Amino acid sequence: MKEKIIKKEQLGRWLEKLGKEYEIWAPVKKNGLVFFHPIKSAKEIYFNFLNSKKTPKDLFFPQSEVLFSFPKEEVEKEAETILPKSRIIFAIRPCDAKSLALLDQVFDSEDYRDPYYVERREGTLLVGMACTHPQTSCFCTSMRGGPFEKNCLDLLMVELGDDKYLVEAVTQTGKDLIGKDDPFEDAQGKDRERLAKVKKETEEKVKSKVVMEGLEEKLDKIFDSPFWDRIHQRCLGCAICTYLCSTCHCFALLDEKVNSGVQRVRSWDSCMFPGFTLEASGHNPRISNRERMRQRVMHKFNYFVKNFGETACVGCGRCIQNCPVNIDIREIIEEIKNE
Amino acid sequence: MNSLYRPKPVTVRKIVIENEAKDIKTFELVFLSKEDRERFKFTCGQFAMLSVLGAGESPIGIASSPLDDEYLQFTVKRYPTGVLTTALHSLEEGSRIGVRGPYGNFYPLETETMEGKNILMVGGGFAFTTLRSTIRYLLHEKNRSRFKDITVLYGARSPGELIYKSELKEWEERGGITMYITVDKGDENWEGRVGLVPNVLKEVAPSSENTVTLICGPPIMLKYTMLPLLDLGFSPEKIFTSLERRMSCGIGKCGRCNIGSKYVCKDGPVFTYREIGELPEEAL
Repeated sequence: MKEKIIKKEQLGRWLEKLGKEYEIWAPVKKNGLVFFHPIKSAKEIYFNFLNSKKTPKDLFFPQSEVLFSFPKEEVEKEAETILPKSRIIFAIRPCDAKSLALLDQVFDSEDYRDPYYVERREGTLLVGMACTHPQTSCFCTSMRGGPFEKNCLDLLMVELGDDKYLVEAVTQTGKDLIGKDDPFEDAQGKDRERLAKVKKETEEKVKSKVVMEGLEEKLDKIFDSPFWDRIHQRCLGCAICTYLCSTCHCFALLDEKVNSGVQRVRSWDSCMFPGFTLEASGHNPRISNRERMRQRVMHKFNYFVKNFGETACVGCGRCIQNCPVNIDIREIIEEIKNE
Repeated sequence: MNSLYRPKPVTVRKIVIENEAKDIKTFELVFLSKEDRERFKFTCGQFAMLSVLGAGESPIGIASSPLDDEYLQFTVKRYPTGVLTTALHSLEEGSRIGVRGPYGNFYPLETETMEGKNILMVGGGFAFTTLRSTIRYLLHEKNRSRFKDITVLYGARSPGELIYKSELKEWEERGGITMYITVDKGDENWEGRVGLVPNVLKEVAPSSENTVTLICGPPIMLKYTMLPLLDLGFSPEKIFTSLERRMSCGIGKCGRCNIGSKYVCKDGPVFTYREIGELPEEAL
């Protein structure tokens, strides 16, 4: 498909049509927080967002979800309702979309497919919104991504000036979202020129560069280094870096007693918590912040690379923005390389 | 939906208290459905997740033999701070719990690595469980002739802490297996061997020729038994051990049991001593 153009004022009409078939999730702003939420009308969308506070990964891997309850009869009943209607995530940022490619490797692996994740993933289309205002904490271009990255997207939209978006289909399903009667026009030469210009300008705005070359190998060598004694000192172990990370996927299975019986709940967990690896005997293989910080860094930049061929980081910068003691993963990477 | 995480219901048919301290029990479980029972095919060395409603799940090594096809057995030590182990220990016969699995890799019993070889098994404390599964399997008339000499060295802190007592006696009395049973400290009735596992190993000095070792025990025992094993000429790739870590999923997703890039649940729990040496963390 050639690139299409849609006027901003027409967006509502198109989304309204899509809303008949899909549940549409888009960035909204409430109480000063931007997050993805189902919308009824395009008016609810907060377009002026840089990125959502929480990552949209929880639409596939919720922070907490009931997997099933006991007794068994109720299990069968719940099974139907994981995703009652197909969804579109509208205006997901390319970095967050790319993180799903990494999560797919874990949850949709050959040996064990996680049915909760896979069903949500298969029932969801991703309409990306290219990032034209990267933040100082962004470093996507160092992580094999970029503000216009198309990985995992069905459609990519780019804001071209004040009045219109350019829309590019990435998959056939994405292409099918644009019907004959929808308010689109073919993009013209000048639109494409403008696209190229915006793209170049935006990529240049991602000032922060992290050199990843040689990092995995370097980490192999410094497992026992005193470096880790130093690096964790500031860390409070609050785990916000893992909770807001778009690629972190550790979880716990817990039982919760409710009136009707017991439900087994899956909740996000974090390698930054002492209880994460604490065994019944009292033994804890990751006994202090030193081991836990090392685990987090090693998992992202060494173990994940060994297992899946990619770094478990998309450079979204949320861990940098939200760390209460200003720990910056870019500085850690830099320090590791100088070790 | 077919949830990977949903345990299959089982009845606790029998509970045996294994030790004097009464904090080690063997639970004999029977699947409620024939289909679940037939689907649960495992090999010695694997584990399963045991569920008690409301208390959660924990990974436990399978203590029965794959040829014990009517039931599954798990031997569990209770820890005061362990939610699941405490819940298991307060169960009565006839209770219903859940089992999910089997998971993990296993001892290479059906490959050239072990077949036709002498098998030495070294166990300490209640970590003896998957070795007990293996002994039962190897001694079965279907299997015994596929292996050469079978030697077992098993130690516990005191005579009262030895588990599977009636089976130990049976194995000592029958042919086809050489048993060395030892305790760290004896009592007035104990007439058997006294000594720590590594020391007894040095003393009885089993031949390493054409021999594969399986060793399971507390980390401290593993550590101090490796040296005499290597001195006796066992090569690290012929020594198999089983590691433990806290787990939630058992299938390589929840992210907590890794040692380096390996997941104990999926890439283990069975590792050769050579593999352990290659892991970045001190695994033992």
